[in-house]
Parts: sequence; structure tokens; C-alpha cells
Amino acid sequence: MMIGLISYLVFFLIVSLIFSISVLGLNMQWGFTGLFNAGVAGFVAIGGYTMAILTGPSREVVFGGFELPFIIGLIGAMVMAGLGALIVGLLTLKLNHEYLAVATFGIAVTIQLVCLNWEYLTGGTLGLISIPNPSRDYVEGALAQNALFLAIVLVLGGLVFIGLERIVKSPWGRMLKAIREDETAAASLGKNPVRIRLEAFVLGCMLMGLSGALYVSFIGYVSPWDFLPILTFQAWTMLIVGGSANNRGAILGALVVWGIWTFSGFLISRVVPSDIQAQGGAIQAILIGLVLVATLLSRPRGLIGEELNVSRHARS
Amino acid sequence: MFLQHLADGILSGAIVSLGAIGLSFTMKILRFANFSHSELLTWGAYSALIFASFFNAFGGVFGQTIGPFSFGLSLVIAMVGSCIMVSAIALVLHRYIFDKLSRTTAQMTMVFASFGVALILRHLVVLIWGSNPIYYSNDLQFAILLPGGIRVMPDQVFLLGLTIVTVVSLHLFMTRTRTGIAMRGVSESPELARVSGVNVDAIINWVWIIGASGAALGGVLYGMTVQLRPELGFSLILPLFAAAILGGAGSLYGAVLGGMVVGLSENLSVMIIPTTYKPAVPFLLILAILYFRPEGIFGEQKR
Repeated sequence: MMIGLISYLVFFLIVSLIFSISVLGLNMQWGFTGLFNAGVAGFVAIGGYTMAILTGPSREVVFGGFELPFIIGLIGAMVMAGLGALIVGLLTLKLNHEYLAVATFGIAVTIQLVCLNWEYLTGGTLGLISIPNPSRDYVEGALAQNALFLAIVLVLGGLVFIGLERIVKSPWGRMLKAIREDETAAASLGKNPVRIRLEAFVLGCMLMGLSGALYVSFIGYVSPWDFLPILTFQAWTMLIVGGSANNRGAILGALVVWGIWTFSGFLISRVVPSDIQAQGGAIQAILIGLVLVATLLSRPRGLIGEELNVSRHARS
Repeated sequence: MFLQHLADGILSGAIVSLGAIGLSFTMKILRFANFSHSELLTWGAYSALIFASFFNAFGGVFGQTIGPFSFGLSLVIAMVGSCIMVSAIALVLHRYIFDKLSRTTAQMTMVFASFGVALILRHLVVLIWGSNPIYYSNDLQFAILLPGGIRVMPDQVFLLGLTIVTVVSLHLFMTRTRTGIAMRGVSESPELARVSGVNVDAIINWVWIIGASGAALGGVLYGMTVQLRPELGFSLILPLFAAAILGGAGSLYGAVLGGMVVGLSENLSVMIIPTTYKPAVPFLLILAILYFRPEGIFGEQKR
């Protein structure tokens, strides 16, 4: 019982921390820069598929299977997601918020279509299987392997967190907030808002790619059904619940929302008869929607919102 | 084949037009991209199912099909019921969520809220009706052969006819009635309308009622000519946005024209690209419009 609980907790932490890396990326885009990315699922998918293609076993009819090391897979996933973001960003970043939301939503839909239909690259609806999990090379037993993977995710997530905290406090990070608050004022000070927004967008999407890569190597396969639009909605709910423009909030939100999701799923699987499990899944999604709307109505800043950054001279 | 694709494009364009009218007005007057609007089409289709089976239970004239169509009087009454029900849903959402948020927080908060609302509405449909496709009627219909080898179903002719009637009556409403003229005024400038003595809140309620009714009709017509499924509205998000953006926010004719362009380009695209990529066409349209004219084709340019 105790072992079961611990292994479940380890599993839960791995998934929610992988999620939190995506949410940190989204926080970079929305929280700090004010870029509305409604296509999170698409960039996570790019990372996931790149990981599968680079590190997976070689295949007969499908491209890829280069059997490269895990770390190369991670870097490749970030590079590909970043490249995708660069193209998308060049096309859309001069749009205002609403249109950017619509455009990025469309990108995620298009990426999913490609995942479904470009069989030579993605394996189509069947996806790609037997993606290696690095922890399997070093330890025996499911619990130990998951614990090692959790350690990998913790280290990577920690590095991302520390990196982002430093970036946000750097001059470049302050510029992001300046552009978010008043683009015209920032431009009048000689900053190039379009370029800085593009940089923040690419950086955020690279983190989404990283999280997709980690997820795929953890579960060992990839299919288009892992990157449905609900993933985007979940990531947004996590950010809003935790608190936008606060990296701690992004991580807290991922833990809380994924907790609600898995716990309600567990309860439903116990209570709802198996022949109407589809309806049970619907309850989970409704719950996420309710959490999002309720947070916006009652606590728009989230659990821990942005720390106000007021000049020392203005505070007195 | 070209003529057939053309006909199919006009038919699916009609549904997109009906849905885009409401989306276009909420984008203009309430100033937010409502991702939950397309779920109103789903709710329109499924609400009609309730009303139709209720009236079918009376039997007699309600149960019989009319002429060459696959449906009877009960579904026609159900359409009215569905418009009322979806309007009620939209008004509740406005009153308790969107209006509240628009008074307290930033615009984009409303977009997040519409994400949440969309999730709730879509999955409530799954919860109530299950995820399998449903049809209003299982009767077989015979296609009418038009000149040029075009095949259309009688129901599709009805679809087009009802869309034209709806758009013409909306046109008359917007140009001839006080409420309609006030609505155009609010759409141009809420502040100016308010100082001219227009009750802006009442007008906004009318915007929701009209938008929701258009969505409900679009949903029923989709259910009638294709099928009812919980993702009905979700799969129309991009077409609806493409139509609204193409037409310029807040324009009735723009939304209708935009809907037609979207329907036609989706259906004609299959002559060039594989059918499986058809859902990406509205997105490419959006990208093209926004790249060349970030404010929309017919929308006013900010300076």
C-alpha cells in the first residue's frame, strides 16, 4: 500500500513537473511579455515527435529512428520547437492579442493534422512506439526507474526555473514587462518591441518543446492523441490558477491543476460504471473549465500573482 | 466536379455564415475573441433534438415529414425552441461571466474565460448525450440532380433557403427597427450611442440573442445535413473566426460574405490538397488576411 502510494506520487510528480515546464514557457510568453499563445499543444507536439524521431529505434517505413542519446533528443526538441516558433512568430507577432490567439490556435490544429496525416514522419494515427527512457539504462525496477526519471525532471525543471528567474530580473526581462505594459513607450526608448517579443515567443516555445520531449521519453511512445487542444486549455488553466507573471505560480498551478485532474479522474474511475467512461472523462474537462472560470471571477491574480515591481523612490 | 465542390462550398458556407454573425458582433461590441461561440452551434443542434422528440411524441401531423424533406413540423418548431434555449444560455453566460469580467479586468481575461466556458459547454454535451454521432432522422433521401451534374439533397436546399431568409430578415431588422439601428450605433461607438440615449446594456443583450439564434440555426442545419456530434462546434472554431476576421468585426454582410469565402475555399481546396488537410484551410486564410491586413479585410484600420 505504502509502496503503491509512493510510486503513484512519483508518477504524479513526473507528469505535473513536465507540465510545469510548458507552463513556465507559457508564463514567459503571456505572463511576462503579454503574448497570447493558444497553440501550446502544437509546440509540445513538435518537441515530442522530434524526441521520438531522434532517439527512437530505426523503422522500416517511417523516417527517423536515429537512436541518438537522450540529451541530443532534448536539445533537438528545443531547437525544432524554437524553429517552428520563429516561423510562426515572424508571421503573426505583429498581430494584436485576439488575432494572435486565433492564429496560434490555428497553428496547433494544423500541427495536429500533420501529426495525424504525415505517416512517413509521424507514423500517422498509430504514432511511434518504443522510445527509449534513459532511466531504464541505469537502474532496475519500475519504482527506481521512475524515481531516477523524476530526478532528471527535477534537475532540468530546476535549471529552467533558475534560468528564467535570472532572465526575468535581467535588463532583457525588465524590457519584456515594459513592452507588455506599454509598447509605444518602450519603442520610444529605442527598444525594438517586435524583435523582443519574437525572442520571448521562441524561448517560451522551446520550453514547451522540452516538456514534450520529456513526456514522450517518459511514457515511451508518441501519438497525435497526446497533443489534443485540451492540452492547451490545461496549460492555460495551470498558469491562471497558479498566478501569471510569477514562475513559482506557474509551477504551483501545474501541481494543483494536475492534482485536480488526476484525483477527479481517480474518483470517476471508481464511481462511474466502465461502460460510460467517456462521460466520466467529460466530467474531468468540465471541472477544469469550472476551475478556470471560477479563478478568473474570484481571484484573477491566481494563487500567487505577480510580485509588484515598484521603484524604491516611488514607494515611500 | 468543380460545380459540385462549388455547390458544397456554398452550402457549408451558409452554416459558417450563420455562426459567424454572432462571433463578429461579439468581437466588435464586446471586444474579445469568444472561443466558446462555436459551442453555441453544438448546443443549438442538440437542443433541437430535445424539442423535436418532444413534439414527435404527439404524433399525427408532427411526426410526418414535409414534402421531399427528411424532417417534419416538429423539427421546424424545434428550431424556434432551440433559438430560445441557446439565447438563454448566451444571456446567462454574459450576465454571470463575460459581463462581470468586462467590468473588472483586462480584455484578455474574457478570452481565457471563453476557453473555460467552451470546455464546460462541449463536455456537458458529451455528458448528457454521449460522444457517438446522432441523426435527427434515419430516413433516406434522394438527391436532386441539377444541371451541370450537381447533386443536392432537398434538406440542403432548405438550408440555403433558411439562411437567405435569416440574413434578409436580419438586414431588415438592422436597417428598419429602432433596436437594429441602435445596435449598429453601439457597434460603431458604444460611448457615442450611450450619450445619444441608447440603452447599451439592453442592446448588448440583443446582440447575444441574435448571435445565439444564428448559431442555433447553424447548428441545427449542420445536424440536419451532416450529423450531430459533440465536436460539431469545436471543429468550426477556425472557420467561424476566419469568416468573422475576413468580413471585418461587427459587419453583418462581412460575416455572411466571409462565411461563403471560407466554405468555398474549404471545398474547392480538395481539388488541390489532400482532403485530410482541409481543416487547415481556414487557418491559412486567417494567416493570409492578417499578414496583409492585420485589422481584417473590411475592418477599420487603427492609426
